Amino acid sequence: MSLVFLIFLPILAALFIPLLFKKVGQIHTGWFVLLVPTVLFIYYSTLLPTIAEGGSRMSQLQWIPSLDIAFIAYIDGLSLLFSMLITGIGALVVLYSIFYLDKYREQLHNFYVYLLMFMTAMLGVVQSDHLISLYLFWELTSISSFLLIGYWYTRDRSRFGALKSMIITVFGGLMMLGGFVLLSIMGNTYSIRELIAQAPELVNHDFFVWALVLILLGAFTKSAQFPFYIWLPDAMEAPTPVSAYLHSATMVKAGLYLVARFTPIFAASGTWVWLVTGVGLFTMFWASFWALKQTDLKGILAFSTVSQLGLIMSLLGASAAGFHVENAADTYFKYAGFAAIFHLINHAVFKGSLFMVAGIIDHEAGTRDIRKLGGLMSLMPISFTIAMIGSFSMAGLPPFGGFLSKEMFLTAMLTMTEFDMFQFETWGILLPVIAWIGSVFTFIYSFYFVFRTFAGKHKPEELPKPAHEAPIGMLLSPAFLAILVLVIFIIPNIVGDWLVKPAVAAVQPFMYGSPQEVDVHVAYWHGFNTELFMTLGIFAVGFLMFWTLAKWQKSYDLYPDTLTLNRLYDHMMFLSDIGANRFSRLYMTGFIRSYLVYMFSFLIIIVLGTFVLNEAFAIDMNNLAPVGLYEIVIMIALLGSTLTILFSKSRLTAIIALGAVGYSVALFFVIFRAPDLALTQLVIETISVALFLLAFYHLPQISRKEERMRFRLGNAVIAIGVGVTMTLVALTAHAGKALPSISEFYKETVYTEAAGGNIVNVILVDYRGFDTLFEIAVLGIAGIGIITLIKLRLTKKEGQHENK
Amino acid sequence: MEIIMSVVIGFLFMAAVYLILSKSLIRIIIGTGLLSHGAHLLLLTMGGLGGESPPVVAEGVSVSDYADPLPQALILTAIVISFAVTSFFLVVAYRAYQELGTDNMELMKGTEDHE
Repeated sequence: MSLVFLIFLPILAALFIPLLFKKVGQIHTGWFVLLVPTVLFIYYSTLLPTIAEGGSRMSQLQWIPSLDIAFIAYIDGLSLLFSMLITGIGALVVLYSIFYLDKYREQLHNFYVYLLMFMTAMLGVVQSDHLISLYLFWELTSISSFLLIGYWYTRDRSRFGALKSMIITVFGGLMMLGGFVLLSIMGNTYSIRELIAQAPELVNHDFFVWALVLILLGAFTKSAQFPFYIWLPDAMEAPTPVSAYLHSATMVKAGLYLVARFTPIFAASGTWVWLVTGVGLFTMFWASFWALKQTDLKGILAFSTVSQLGLIMSLLGASAAGFHVENAADTYFKYAGFAAIFHLINHAVFKGSLFMVAGIIDHEAGTRDIRKLGGLMSLMPISFTIAMIGSFSMAGLPPFGGFLSKEMFLTAMLTMTEFDMFQFETWGILLPVIAWIGSVFTFIYSFYFVFRTFAGKHKPEELPKPAHEAPIGMLLSPAFLAILVLVIFIIPNIVGDWLVKPAVAAVQPFMYGSPQEVDVHVAYWHGFNTELFMTLGIFAVGFLMFWTLAKWQKSYDLYPDTLTLNRLYDHMMFLSDIGANRFSRLYMTGFIRSYLVYMFSFLIIIVLGTFVLNEAFAIDMNNLAPVGLYEIVIMIALLGSTLTILFSKSRLTAIIALGAVGYSVALFFVIFRAPDLALTQLVIETISVALFLLAFYHLPQISRKEERMRFRLGNAVIAIGVGVTMTLVALTAHAGKALPSISEFYKETVYTEAAGGNIVNVILVDYRGFDTLFEIAVLGIAGIGIITLIKLRLTKKEGQHENK
Repeated sequence: MEIIMSVVIGFLFMAAVYLILSKSLIRIIIGTGLLSHGAHLLLLTMGGLGGESPPVVAEGVSVSDYADPLPQALILTAIVISFAVTSFFLVVAYRAYQELGTDNMELMKGTEDHE
């Protein structure tokens, strides 16, 4: 089966969801949706043996061949790992949502359509080999995330969070597109694999650092790195299955995927190593520090997700350092890449289960406010067990998967102190220190999350509804994930061989030729080394600080609210709102004259500008018609009556003068041998004057009192400008004939083709018959409009301000 | 002749634009009327004002002697359309005056909160 088709399978399935929801209402729509990720997961699992041996799969679908844009699905170790996470966690989340979302009260069809759309987008991101289609899917994940966060669109906070996430991630996406375009200019291809092959030549290109920074902006916004992480806590307004799926397990990892995917291209750059490691590590510390201020269960998890993403990001940065070390595959530098991918799997598993537990508590106790919760251990024993497994894994305690990857993380950070390039010899010592502090806070908030909720005193009077254990269906998915946490601890090397190593080989092709060459063995015991003492320190300090949490947690309030990044975002939004409004008010005056002034000014500027730039002005003194006495007389009449209009003070004079202009024009037509025009003009002018007189009877006198001199002077300047411009246009148009006129054709064929004598008439009714038909239609529309306006009586006089 | 006509056209356009930019609705409508006259003459001048006989097939007249029929066909259409537009404008002005009691464009623009 074509891999490209599989990417689109979820969104195709989404077409049937509204129908199923409407027609088969008694069965929860989620059961049908569940099929899609399950089938995909099974299919991707069958690819494992090929990929684990270092193979890859590819398929292609042309999209815009003329621009060399195609959908190319390319699956290697990294793509397969992500695809399995997307479909695997996806299936569990859909299963969970079946029990979480009520089939009678919720808009299930919307929910599942967005969710399936996201699935397609995410699969597309991790499988696309083509930069442009990668970008397309990337933005589609932002859009579906926007829709899912705003799923309960009647809540203000949901809409606010949805918009915030959209603005920040789409901003990053656009930056990333810029980086992609630069890359494609540098490498003259859109294919990521071809770009990787050219990596050594790209390094010296002028655009290299620009492309690097722009692409990192995309990754950092998406993966909620400092200072862009502020959208993720607000995204927690989404239904919990969405938070578990998009905002912890998959979408926020798209940024990590991007960094991992582009590591082979950018690893050569010191900027890359510093930025990715530094921003990642700082984010890890910063978010874990602030997680303890949160009182919302999902808020804690949001900050914890940001922190963990930062951890993985820093590991990816450290794995790029392996490019600069000789024989990195045989030294301690090999651990960073492995740890990054391994922790990515661990995080998806334990954080998914923790989010689901948070959702269960919200569902069964009616609140997520940790200050009201407590003592749920005996009421919800299964949820407690799951939460404990997840939190302990997050804190890095044995015997859970997180312990193993946390150890490797420390190893990788310690190794970075030995890295002797790009000033790491001076500053590198900071890395393990920050990592250690971040880990301590991680330990504290993990305990804070689980023990403040489940241990302590039960406060039933503060809960909106009596807490009780969730139904079995809702516990299935988190329990499965919790078991996986244990399984990963028991068989880390099997997971390593099948999932991690193929992905690592894709991230660090400069170190490994195939997955088999990744020589990392996960061990529980490394002997008495620095990492062990660091871990023990984390446990001891973390436990002590958790014990005394109540005493120092209040000190978070000392930090002024006005200095937060959220406040900065709010101000920026507010100012851009006001600014945009002011700017449009500046020229949108609501007064039609202003708009006409813009139009006429631009007419003058553009036409005269073209004349000057192209030296287009021409005057033809030869082919001139002779000037006769009649012409002069008519012309004087025309000019005289025009002046009369301009200076007349009574409406009657103005109308009669306008009539005089019209008749003069008719006489011009007579002289210039246009009998049909002259006849028509005479008839029309007569009717017009009658109509004007009729209408003017009802209209007020022409008053010019309120027109000040400056106003009239401005008008005069523009009017003279237009007049001069049109004179020049007329002269030039007469002088230059770029093409022979089609008139000759009409003149010659009018009798033979159309059997008519009056050429003008034949053109109108025969050659250009349709034009005349539409002209009649215009007349008809005008007529209908006139009748309507005259007959129309505004009946709702009193109701006309109702939309105020 | 064409050069003189060009100046006349420019003058018509100038007068028309001056009127259109004023605040009084009546003057705006008169301005549009003048604008269409100017446009018609512009079309006619573009094609050249020569031509010995009207564009009607007649015995003994060679093809080159006819006046250019193409601008005439265009102008004929334009005359009719501009008539339709002018009369529509007039009725709109009439109704607007009836409803709002003014023909001053500045007063018609509405207030800030009136969408």
